[in-house]
Amino acid sequence: MGQPGSAYSLEKPEQSLETHTISVLVDNEPGVLARVIGLFSGRGYNIESLTVSETEHEAHLSRITIVTTGTPMVIEQIKNQLDRLVPIHSVTDLTVCGETIERELALVKVAGVGEKRVEALRLAEAFRATAIDASLEHFVFQITGRQSKIEQFVALMQPLGLVEVCRTGVAAIARGAERM
Amino acid sequence: MSATENGSVKMTGAQIVLQALADQGVDHIFGYPGGAVLPIYDELFQQDRLQHVLVRHEQGAVHAAEGYARSTGKVGVVLVTSGPGATNAVTGLTDALMDSIPVVCITGQVPTHLIGNDAFQECDTVGITRPCTKHNYLVKDVDQLAEVLHEAFYVARSGRPGPVVVDIPKDIQFMTGTYKGVSNSQHKSYVPPRQGDPAAIEAAVSAMANAKRPIFYTGGGVINAGPAASESLRELVRMTGYPITSTLMGLGSYPASDKQWLGMLGMHGTFEANNAMHDCDVMVCIGARFDDRITGRLDAFSPGSTKIHVDVDPSSINKNVHVDIPIVGDCAYVIDQMIAAWKAQNPSVDKEAHARWWEQIETWRKRKCLHYRKKSDVIMPQYAIERLFALTRDRDTYITTEVGQHQMWAAQYFHFDEPNRWMTSGGLGTMGYGIPAAVGVQMAHRDSLVVDIAGEARVLMTMQEISTAVQYDLPIKIFILNNEYMGMVRQWQELLHGGRYSHSYSEALPDFVKLAEAYHAVGIRAEKPGELDDAILEMIKTPKPVIFDCRVDKHANCFPMIPSGEAHNNMLMGDDLTEEDIENAISEEGKVMV
Repeated sequence: MGQPGSAYSLEKPEQSLETHTISVLVDNEPGVLARVIGLFSGRGYNIESLTVSETEHEAHLSRITIVTTGTPMVIEQIKNQLDRLVPIHSVTDLTVCGETIERELALVKVAGVGEKRVEALRLAEAFRATAIDASLEHFVFQITGRQSKIEQFVALMQPLGLVEVCRTGVAAIARGAERM
Repeated sequence: MSATENGSVKMTGAQIVLQALADQGVDHIFGYPGGAVLPIYDELFQQDRLQHVLVRHEQGAVHAAEGYARSTGKVGVVLVTSGPGATNAVTGLTDALMDSIPVVCITGQVPTHLIGNDAFQECDTVGITRPCTKHNYLVKDVDQLAEVLHEAFYVARSGRPGPVVVDIPKDIQFMTGTYKGVSNSQHKSYVPPRQGDPAAIEAAVSAMANAKRPIFYTGGGVINAGPAASESLRELVRMTGYPITSTLMGLGSYPASDKQWLGMLGMHGTFEANNAMHDCDVMVCIGARFDDRITGRLDAFSPGSTKIHVDVDPSSINKNVHVDIPIVGDCAYVIDQMIAAWKAQNPSVDKEAHARWWEQIETWRKRKCLHYRKKSDVIMPQYAIERLFALTRDRDTYITTEVGQHQMWAAQYFHFDEPNRWMTSGGLGTMGYGIPAAVGVQMAHRDSLVVDIAGEARVLMTMQEISTAVQYDLPIKIFILNNEYMGMVRQWQELLHGGRYSHSYSEALPDFVKLAEAYHAVGIRAEKPGELDDAILEMIKTPKPVIFDCRVDKHANCFPMIPSGEAHNNMLMGDDLTEEDIENAISEEGKVMV
């Protein structure tokens, strides 16, 4: 296993980066998201995607889903560092705990007329995206699915008059009957 | 204050603060008043259970609380006002975080309705202190104040200790709310581990039993785990007969006078400790964190050894160095578990191999890495520490330091046989730590000898706290190794920058003897080796704060040293260095590092 940087070694060792989806159960209190984000920026970790919302109103618990990349040692660090924050109840690495379902929602605005407009609608159908707003010059599509599906759809819309995209970030949950 | 029907007590926010401190067993708090904490200060005025110590700067308040905490094992408590009071405390809080010192810092805040309005003396205290505390709170409901304060003490002292800030708006201090006592129920999310995994402990003890070249490497975690953990460590180390070294933070947990003790390891550690770390086949790390001052060059750090790491904080494990047997748990429990497992296994160790290992260690010891050339006309700084140690060793002594050469000399030449006797800023390396820390230590140990081993440049950063010492009759001794340089900066400029001593000369120094007198303290000066002992004895018997101006050799450097970018077995030794050696000590690559 390669070593991370230190005050004594300059060369950054070549290491394979892994992408992990981490699910964090936290107290829904002011500042808790700032603690999590501050940890990532302060220690130089990556955030690829971050989704947060209250999920258990009675217990005042929120679930934060973070997609991050790093070497195996850094991913371990991220989980351990998260776990020692006081308002954090649990940290689960969904990537290592078996099969997980990951979904993201995107709103995609496309403007155009004629053949391009028809083609956009046709592709939207193929991707099971729904038009939730439209005029004679534009559509707003809603699409849900894995990140790769959304990225593919957005790429296809690019030449057809893509105006802008808004994405929710990844929500993820483990398959099966058990609780996290 | 009034009792309600269900037995809970109604009182103001300020009264809740004092009641919570009393219920947490707090005797002393270190603070500085200001607009946003006046209601709490008003309550302090009307009671005499808690003693408040008025510092001269909020950084000093936190360092004093750290000194108090480190010398007693209790939580240190700080009370400061909003805005500049809180921002001045930030250096101390960061210091406590880096060294895992339990501190609760209560900060005043502008009234709730003014938060976010850029009010007078407002700052985003929880925002600013979030990365430099273990946890922090802004209390916006007086009914939650008591619970938050009790939780703050729990978080500060549990697991890996650290500083906790409780920010209390002024209107909450005036408001009436319900006081709740200390609860014994388990915290909803923060429950640090205690016992280590028995299987991991079995594996660790087997590895230790089969070792041919074993070493214990211990740190501040053992001291944080309480005096009983140090006792257990001694039992474990003596039981195995293995050599032991320690970090700067861990000095005193194992007696320096013992034959199994190799001295401190790391950048300015001993030749024998660092070489033993490099060549060992089983390393037992207990309560230390493989800091960069310890490991030297990571890719050459103790190659080929099986590494066992005991730490209460899982994020310390596998952070810098990959370890083979991680044990997450509190040292106080895990060391006892290891002793029990060792006794149960009753292993037959390889005595021949161990004898060869000790022989090897003896050859390193014979190198006498701490040897230095004494001079007859100038006091060598190492000699000053040696004499200070010799003349105080039979006393009840506590040592604090600033940061730099004098700190390393203190670690090398002053020897500690007990834990909680050595207070130094290890992780953050904060200049100005020593005087306020000494104030905190002396407050807790009124009859002991408390010495701040200092440098003349660093001591000026918090010199005003001598005034605190005078006010409270705290006879602290500030022992300044005065070489007229920021010595460690000068040493690095000599090693790295061709001897271009950019801004490291302490020009326009005050006359420290007169300065002491101006503060109504006592000033003593020693300039020649011959007068040193008498001057130190005079310092010890003076029942008042003393500033001791010990004029030492201006060019002495701190050796041995692992130069930047080098491994443990490539140390610079002090006694036979030529100018050329010094010029070439650090590679072009190594110069970029800190």
